[in-house]
Amino acid sequence: MASVVLSEAEKLYIIHGVQEDLRVDGRGCEDYRCAEVETDVVSNTSGSARVKLGHTDILVGVKAEMGTPKLEKPDEGYLEFFVDCSANATPEFEGRGGEELGTEIASTLYRIFSSEGSVDLKSLCINPREHCWVLYVDVLLLECGGNLFDAISIAVKAALFNTRIPKVRVLEDEEGSKEIELSDDPYDCIRLNVDDVPCIVTLNKIGYRHVVDATLQEEACCLASLLIAITSKGALTCMKKIGKGSLDPESIFEMMETGKKVGKSLHASLQKVLDEEESLGTTRQKVGFLG
Amino acid sequence: MAALELLSDEGYRADGRRATELRKVRARMGVFAQADGSAYIEQGNTKALAVVYGPHETRGPRSKALSERAVLNCQYSMATFSTAERKRRPHGDRKSAEMALHLKQTFEAAVLTELYPRSQIDLYVQILQADGSNYCACVNAATLAIIDAGIALRDFVCAGSAGLAEDAALADLSYIEEAAGGPQAALAMLPGSGAMALVQMDARLHHERLEAVMDAAAAACRAVHAVLEEAVRERAREVTALLGE
Repeated sequence: MASVVLSEAEKLYIIHGVQEDLRVDGRGCEDYRCAEVETDVVSNTSGSARVKLGHTDILVGVKAEMGTPKLEKPDEGYLEFFVDCSANATPEFEGRGGEELGTEIASTLYRIFSSEGSVDLKSLCINPREHCWVLYVDVLLLECGGNLFDAISIAVKAALFNTRIPKVRVLEDEEGSKEIELSDDPYDCIRLNVDDVPCIVTLNKIGYRHVVDATLQEEACCLASLLIAITSKGALTCMKKIGKGSLDPESIFEMMETGKKVGKSLHASLQKVLDEEESLGTTRQKVGFLG
Repeated sequence: MAALELLSDEGYRADGRRATELRKVRARMGVFAQADGSAYIEQGNTKALAVVYGPHETRGPRSKALSERAVLNCQYSMATFSTAERKRRPHGDRKSAEMALHLKQTFEAAVLTELYPRSQIDLYVQILQADGSNYCACVNAATLAIIDAGIALRDFVCAGSAGLAEDAALADLSYIEEAAGGPQAALAMLPGSGAMALVQMDARLHHERLEAVMDAAAAACRAVHAVLEEAVRERAREVTALLGE
């Protein structure tokens, strides 16, 4: 992660504030920062989204390409994740500096999406054992302001919601060889159902309490964090503890309960924003980075 | 497959522009709060983001620091979803290294590095969407980012590309026009003096046509200069308004 240098006095200030449910920017322990979500920012992708959560800026592009299904799942397509921690976020990520963090985030995303039912992979199949859609989800980390996992999972969900996969027909001729025909109409496409796509909620333990959506400074004061992946219905799909310190079992249960509550409201607000954007359709003004 | 007609009989290019017409340029400075300087530029469908960190102490071995001027460190990176075909590695390949060297050469001509001895200026450029004239978009975005960071420059550095179709010089090439394989030139220029920081030309070009192509590129640079200058003024107005002047 991008590092920030804090003095002992600043750390104490943050820790004492959190005990009183008052964070440096005035939020409560369970409040998210103001988030901006916009989809369809990059035009030569099948779907894209940009999420700005405080000073954290993430851009996700989804490209749908045709490939062969995996041997153990012949009638399903699959997702491939790639996370690029660009040097824009901090000079430490120059060259290969951002690879370690990138692989950590990518492996977490793989774990979350490996659970059955998060994305309907059977709808990505074209021809069992021969052709399927492979969705390459590429995450670009532009600015690092704390709470990367949450922002990335929100962006991935928004980008998958925005993804439009062209409809294909399989034509079989007399010899039995199959030909794939792409539909002529560019608006004729299939959309993914993202109702069960989980979002990550990171809970950081600071002192005796835990906070949601930590800034870089707060992350520097916390010893241990719990990452949980929650679906919109409140089901927990994945859990991971990160950090040098240790957590006792009561804390973990408390954090899980908070995470579920926060996660459900996060999904509700995200879905509202995505539906609003969808309802505006082509009349929507695309702002992107120019706003 | 029929060859792509770069310039139709009526004088229109593949995307409907005239031969000397540029694509729509929109720029914005100060996109990221945490970086020292940042800027975003859109030239048609090409989107580039530039971020500057510095001047700061040289990272890494002390021997890299120069005693009489600053070291300029550049990185050029293309997002994996920026091209029509997915790109596997964002940076680290030969093309990115070459582009980074070009950017370094271009900006060492413009930045007053003697004012910042023993320090390092980092310039990171990211292409979010590639639709031709990538180098030019990078240079334009980088100029704005350096100005946003408050680093001293001799002059704006504006870049434009130009090509040739039959006898007419085309300004500001898009990806289709670049891929057609004709001669193409990229030019980075300091508009005040007309001095050229970088000139690059690919494919065969008859020397009689060279002047026309160079002039088209220089005209593209000057046109972009007007937009960049307006972006800087707009930013200055924003910042002074925020300061409460």
